[in-house]
Amino acid sequence: MPLGVFIFLAALAVISALGTVTQRNPVHCLLALVVTLLTLAVIFIGLDAVTVGFLQVIVYAGAIMVLFLFVIWLLNLRTEVRSSPGYLALKAVGGVLCAVLVAELFVLLWHAPSAGGAQAVAPAGYGSIETLATTLFSDYLVSFEITSVLLLAAIVGAIALARRAPSPPTAGAPTGPEGA
Amino acid sequence: MIDLLIEAIKAIVVVVMVLNLAGVLLWFERKGSALIQDRIGANRASITGLGKRMGLPNLGLVNTLIADPLKLFTKEDFVPEGADKFLHALAPFLALFPVVITFAVVPFGDVVQIGSRTITLQAANINAATLYILATIGIGVYGIALGGWSSNNRWALLGGVRATAQMISYEIGLSLAIIAIVMTYGTLDLQAICRAQGGVWFGFLPRWGICLQPVAFLMLLTAGMAESKRVPFDLPEGESELVAGYFTEYSGGKQAVFMMTDFAEIVLVAVLITLFFFGGWQVPWLYRDGFHFPGGAHLWLPQLLVAILGVVAFMIKTIAFCWLQILIRWTLPRFRYDQLMRLGWKGLVPLGLANVVVTAIVVVLTSGAH
Amino acid sequence: MVPMSYFVGLSAVLFAIGVAGVLLRRDIIVIFMSIEIMLNAVNLAFVALARRLGSMDGQVIVFFVMTVAAAEAAVGLAIIISVFRNRETVNADEINLLRG
Repeated sequence: MPLGVFIFLAALAVISALGTVTQRNPVHCLLALVVTLLTLAVIFIGLDAVTVGFLQVIVYAGAIMVLFLFVIWLLNLRTEVRSSPGYLALKAVGGVLCAVLVAELFVLLWHAPSAGGAQAVAPAGYGSIETLATTLFSDYLVSFEITSVLLLAAIVGAIALARRAPSPPTAGAPTGPEGA
Repeated sequence: MIDLLIEAIKAIVVVVMVLNLAGVLLWFERKGSALIQDRIGANRASITGLGKRMGLPNLGLVNTLIADPLKLFTKEDFVPEGADKFLHALAPFLALFPVVITFAVVPFGDVVQIGSRTITLQAANINAATLYILATIGIGVYGIALGGWSSNNRWALLGGVRATAQMISYEIGLSLAIIAIVMTYGTLDLQAICRAQGGVWFGFLPRWGICLQPVAFLMLLTAGMAESKRVPFDLPEGESELVAGYFTEYSGGKQAVFMMTDFAEIVLVAVLITLFFFGGWQVPWLYRDGFHFPGGAHLWLPQLLVAILGVVAFMIKTIAFCWLQILIRWTLPRFRYDQLMRLGWKGLVPLGLANVVVTAIVVVLTSGAH
Repeated sequence: MVPMSYFVGLSAVLFAIGVAGVLLRRDIIVIFMSIEIMLNAVNLAFVALARRLGSMDGQVIVFFVMTVAAAEAAVGLAIIISVFRNRETVNADEINLLRG
């Protein structure tokens, strides 16, 4: 992809990620995160990972974030109250540590041997749904099956955790079909 | 340079056509519903009064297409107190944008050859066009959700929550129907799917997708109408319960944009049904060099006329399915919300999965093992 | 032509922003969203390096990361809902029954 396009997308991704961690209102944080996800999906498509890019939009931005939105509505979350001043020192230390983390990651990854070099020409059919499916169902079949069991466990677990406990049966004479 | 100009013209034509068709559908809906309900409908406004003096019936075109939009766009734009101003303003456009950009990958005709240049009648030719459509339909949830939430109104929020839950539930049914089609044709490219529906079976039956996937057609129609929250699935809008559901607090231009979204989604569902099940721009027995009738007669036509006939056929089929959705709207009563959810999860999803399994078996058996 | 190290650098910056969100925010939902940012940063690194090596394995791993993130989001949000029902708050500082 052209350098100018990458600079624009990278700036957009970083700004919206910063928006996610700094906004007070949870719904604004969520929208900023959706912008980050969509920007990353565009970067994926620019890196020839077309199927993964569209899946990012369909699954992540289209489903997981809607789940977050539902929970925010369900809990009726309002704007976060500003934390007490005692935490300011803690936040300053946290900020410094994050800056150190960025510096470390940059030093490690920028000079890593596999990270350098220009992009090679992609092999034919790279990133298409046929190639992804072939690889997925041949080399990674066991992982695929285990992931499907994991998803089933997640569904059952989420329902079991989140539903209200069934109310105990009321004491007294059982009511007839007419509820008399 | 010329290529860029042609692409720009195609994109502009597509957007203008979609928005105009959404407007024309508004008139269709008003007069069509009047026809179905045995009443007259809008027939008062006229500009010069000439038609009335000549004794012609007033078709309500000025009323619906000029007076109503003018009224809507000049009304006061009211933002409720305590509402999130930014999101309240953003939500209608966030709802309209994904629906309109979906039309970028829709092929409305076969190629046109002008001189030495072959122009495909599709604004953007991407290989994974079907995935793109699913992605934009998924993003369309946010405009509705934010419209309901940002209004600081409990009925709007309730409508928004219902609408979001309904849309994400029926997305699964929609995706399963589209997956069955993709398996049948073996490609995600929309133009390739349309081209594969050319030709005939047994010498006379056009190879349209409805003969291969009738169940998926019904699923797409149902899930599409549920996605666009049309009656019988319009409980989120709930005209008799929630005032206007998620767009209660919208007035003026923003309400006009929400309604335009509604009609653009009708066009989108009609276009998808046409592309996947009714041959898209294919006219029966029409090939690139003219008509080849079943009896053996051959009528030669110039290539430009063939392309134009394809585009006209696409438009006619799309308008026919828009009319079908309007007909269904004014015939069926509204579903209760639990009936709606039950249909989506316990009806469409198992049916779609069974359809996918049967399609897979048939595809493997008829094409040999890979 | 964009060198691969630019993509990996972007991934590093996004990851650090996610870590900052987890450390510095008190609202559990926002902490969750910062975790999602971290997962996406890692996805970006995987896709970029897969492109560099011309192999599809990176994209398959991204597919699995997305699936596991969906499962984790579902269960995590269910836990948050149960915690909220009992403690009436989602401020991470106030959910401190286990603090010794």
